[in-house]
Amino acid sequence: MKFNKPAIKTQLQKYRFDFPVILLFGGFIGISYLVDFSTGEKLFETTFWRFFNEMIAILPCMFIIIGLFDVWIPKEKLEKHIGKGSGIKGIGLMVLLAVIQPGSLYVAFPFAWLLWKKGSSLRNIFIYVGMFSAAKIPMLTFEIGFLGLKFSMLRLILTIPVFILIAFILEKLLRNKSYEMTAPE
Amino acid sequence: MTILFVITGLLLLISFIANRQKTLSGLKKGAMQFLKLLPTLLKVIILVSVAMFFIPEKVLLTSFGDQAGILGYLSAAIVGSVSLIPGFISFPLAGMLHESGVGYGVIALFITTLKMVGIMTIPIEAKYFGMKVTLMRNGLSFLGAILIGGIMAIIFALT
Repeated sequence: MKFNKPAIKTQLQKYRFDFPVILLFGGFIGISYLVDFSTGEKLFETTFWRFFNEMIAILPCMFIIIGLFDVWIPKEKLEKHIGKGSGIKGIGLMVLLAVIQPGSLYVAFPFAWLLWKKGSSLRNIFIYVGMFSAAKIPMLTFEIGFLGLKFSMLRLILTIPVFILIAFILEKLLRNKSYEMTAPE
Repeated sequence: MTILFVITGLLLLISFIANRQKTLSGLKKGAMQFLKLLPTLLKVIILVSVAMFFIPEKVLLTSFGDQAGILGYLSAAIVGSVSLIPGFISFPLAGMLHESGVGYGVIALFITTLKMVGIMTIPIEAKYFGMKVTLMRNGLSFLGAILIGGIMAIIFALT
């Protein structure tokens, strides 16, 4: 990749809402540590670190898996299973894929894009994203432990059809628009 | 979390043994995608952590825990939509809420909006789905959460 001046400028342009926030926050935290401002230090060490931790632990793994998936799984192979006309099998695969994945919803978007690139139908993409609301297997024991088996199972049984229905609705709404997913450029 | 590292490591190892060239190109693709998302991601995390610092989870939850009836549902849905709380914190808190008398319907609505409606993560989602579809998906998920919460409330009231 070559970095010439206009390229850097357009690159910066894309993040014009992001970098000011990051710089401001970085500056604030830096100064907080310099002058021993305890509120700033606490903000960094508690809430920020908690989210940052999740991000730097889960996301690099996710992106490694996404990269490997991208080079190893040919589109034609996957399209057959999750593309248009994949029917109930495609739905089942999407549910399975989503419930074994850890992390918050935003972790799902890059993977959804990859599935789209590999020929998944739009409906299956939305099913995959929707299933992030269902119990994730790593979290299921937590939910049952704190809210009970009856609550957790009922929620699961209701959530799966409701979000599959939402995926069908979204697919229908976008049917006649030549909709394309994108990746951050 | 550890299991994710193990799986990633194993996949990487197998891939590397099978084809070095392919693995490197895959890693490069993944890394580029990650780097391109990183500034937006960092911004969202900063904004979320600042918000959550000044309004801690407990305060958020009592804000709808004390409300009764429709108002309770509405505030649970709004709090769930705007906040970002990891499961290992939200489930114990939801358990405490239930012990203090908040109905299962409200809790289901809260958990579903918490997971599926992300006002704060809209900048990330829009990079992949576009703003229009992002808003459509969030809006429909909000309605879906209300439906789930309502049905849960009815079932628990009847049984």
